[in-house]
Amino acid sequence: MWDYTDKVMDHFKNPRNVGSIPNADGTGQVGSLICGDALRLTIKVNKETEVIEDAKFETFGCASAIASSSMLTEMAKGKTLDEAAQITNQDIADALGNLPAEKMHCSVMGMEALDAAIKSYRQGGKPVVFEQQEEKVVCRCFNVSEEAIIKAVRLNHLTTVEDVTHFTKAGGACGRCKGEIQKILDKVNGAKAEEKSAQKPFSELTIVEKIKAVEKVLEEEIRPKLNMDGGSAELVDLAGNTVKIRLVGMCSGCMNAQATIKNFIEKTLQEKIDPSVTVEQA
Amino acid sequence: MKEIYLDNNATTRCYPQVVEVMLPYFSEKYGNASSMHTFGGENRRVIDAARLQVASLVNAAYADEIIFTSCATESNDSVLFSAAEAFPDKKHIITSAVEHPAVLEPCRVLESRGWRVDYIRVDENGRFDIEELKNVIDDQTALVSVMWANNETGTIFPIKEIAQIAHAHGALFHTDAVQAIGKVPVDVQAAGVDMLSLSAHKFHGPKGVGALYVRRGVRFVPYLVGGHQEKARRAGTENVPYIVGIGKAAELAQKRLANGVTNQIAALRDRLEQGIVAQIPDVKINGDVHNRVPNTTNISFGYVEGESILMYLNDFGICASSGSACTSGSLEPSHVLRAMKVPFEFAHGSIRFSLSDENTQADIDTVLKELPPIIARLRKISPFSKENA
Repeated sequence: MWDYTDKVMDHFKNPRNVGSIPNADGTGQVGSLICGDALRLTIKVNKETEVIEDAKFETFGCASAIASSSMLTEMAKGKTLDEAAQITNQDIADALGNLPAEKMHCSVMGMEALDAAIKSYRQGGKPVVFEQQEEKVVCRCFNVSEEAIIKAVRLNHLTTVEDVTHFTKAGGACGRCKGEIQKILDKVNGAKAEEKSAQKPFSELTIVEKIKAVEKVLEEEIRPKLNMDGGSAELVDLAGNTVKIRLVGMCSGCMNAQATIKNFIEKTLQEKIDPSVTVEQA
Repeated sequence: MKEIYLDNNATTRCYPQVVEVMLPYFSEKYGNASSMHTFGGENRRVIDAARLQVASLVNAAYADEIIFTSCATESNDSVLFSAAEAFPDKKHIITSAVEHPAVLEPCRVLESRGWRVDYIRVDENGRFDIEELKNVIDDQTALVSVMWANNETGTIFPIKEIAQIAHAHGALFHTDAVQAIGKVPVDVQAAGVDMLSLSAHKFHGPKGVGALYVRRGVRFVPYLVGGHQEKARRAGTENVPYIVGIGKAAELAQKRLANGVTNQIAALRDRLEQGIVAQIPDVKINGDVHNRVPNTTNISFGYVEGESILMYLNDFGICASSGSACTSGSLEPSHVLRAMKVPFEFAHGSIRFSLSDENTQADIDTVLKELPPIIARLRKISPFSKENA
């Protein structure tokens, strides 16, 4: 169960400013049914003073999404457009007495809807769907851009991929973009992205590197299986891409020794190290 | 306020009769069952009696085919990793797309270790695709693991048929029967099951104890090592009070199945479901309504979000659960509903009610009275419902 503050529960149970302003001066939309939450914000603006005189919302979402929307309308009312544009997701969360980390994206949605509504007013009132400004979409599942991630990281001092997911949803579904999010974090936080050296082909390894690579696979993949039948395998020699292996224990006199060498040991070494590796029985 | 507890697929109330038989084994008869003195050694007999009770519940041929574990997750993990260890010459596992994470996650670990895993699809009613199973199974398949009944929709899978197909290809068959035990008859011999996982707290026993049925003759490599307990198939000092508890819970579950209590639960479930359908527009029942466990209904309310519904139900002491993204802490709706291709506008608004024999008609009528205004209220806030009005 989420640890919601009394403020969140109050705004969820008694949401302020529900509905839609007829002939609104600005309409901002964000999210969709697919994402699991969505917000439609309408505002009435005084043309002389640019003060937001009224704001109403409609939200599909969880308790914190509804509470964030409700709080957003309360905060926006009475402010000029320029003042309102300064409202951040953290301001919304603070006004609610904080949100659970996993729910911070609800407050981000509020900030984005307000951005879109202001833009809509400036463009003459036609509804604006909040869009990531940068073309580069990092998270395809939730349509989150690199720019949005950088903004969330900077604003909220995020340090982990999990943080980014909580704030922006990026990486929360298939998770394929987590590596990219980490790189963005590294860049923003000044960390150096770890460069993984590409695996060299077996023939280019030194003799010591070759021995280590083969031993590692023997120890992790091959011996545990052979051990189950009371046997094991030892590395005897190396020449070029040919690895000489001796079967020991129960495997040594086994009728299937050749099959073990070729179908299991050689296949495993080829899978784990390099397809060019061949194995001979010593 | 009295709770109206309709979340029995999450966990059940441990019956007082169960707690009662457990209590002496904490502070009075606390001996170690492996000890050479009578004080401890007597507890061996107590454990064996519980083993017999659980064996009887699933109709195992021999009591020693039951291994006590800490939970069904441990049972499932043991099965998956055992199969991988015991069949080093095979490289293929088959399961379903709608398993509990306790099966899906170890499968993903095995995938990272080079195993091939096929996740059999279900149709829009949550029914298992037996033809796909026939297509993907081959002689490289070490294990087929398919749940007896789904935890979210209650849909029952054709276990006997799946087991036959597995055996025809030389594969073992395991079933996670956590959601079937105590709700429908489970007979490991009739169904041809090689291994089966169960958990006490889903049938009115204590949390923290489960069991694994392993048919005699099935290759099994232990998951927990470091002791001779459970015939060296699950090391660790036996949790005597909890084992006594699962035994008693098994005995009571068998009695309930025999005296038709499950029919009464089904009648209440149907009353709830029909009442909701009659009163609330834009709802959808998820799962195979013709073939599901008697206590479960999974209902989607279009255009509203599940967590919000639960929070309002909570005000009336009504306990249920949701497959919505927001409730799980993840951001996607339930993998079960997505596998069934439930449209997003319904998937996010799914509520699971799961009953037990302790529910009354008054409970159901309270839900039927309180739920419609909640849905109406949330739909009024939602930007989507009007588009369809």
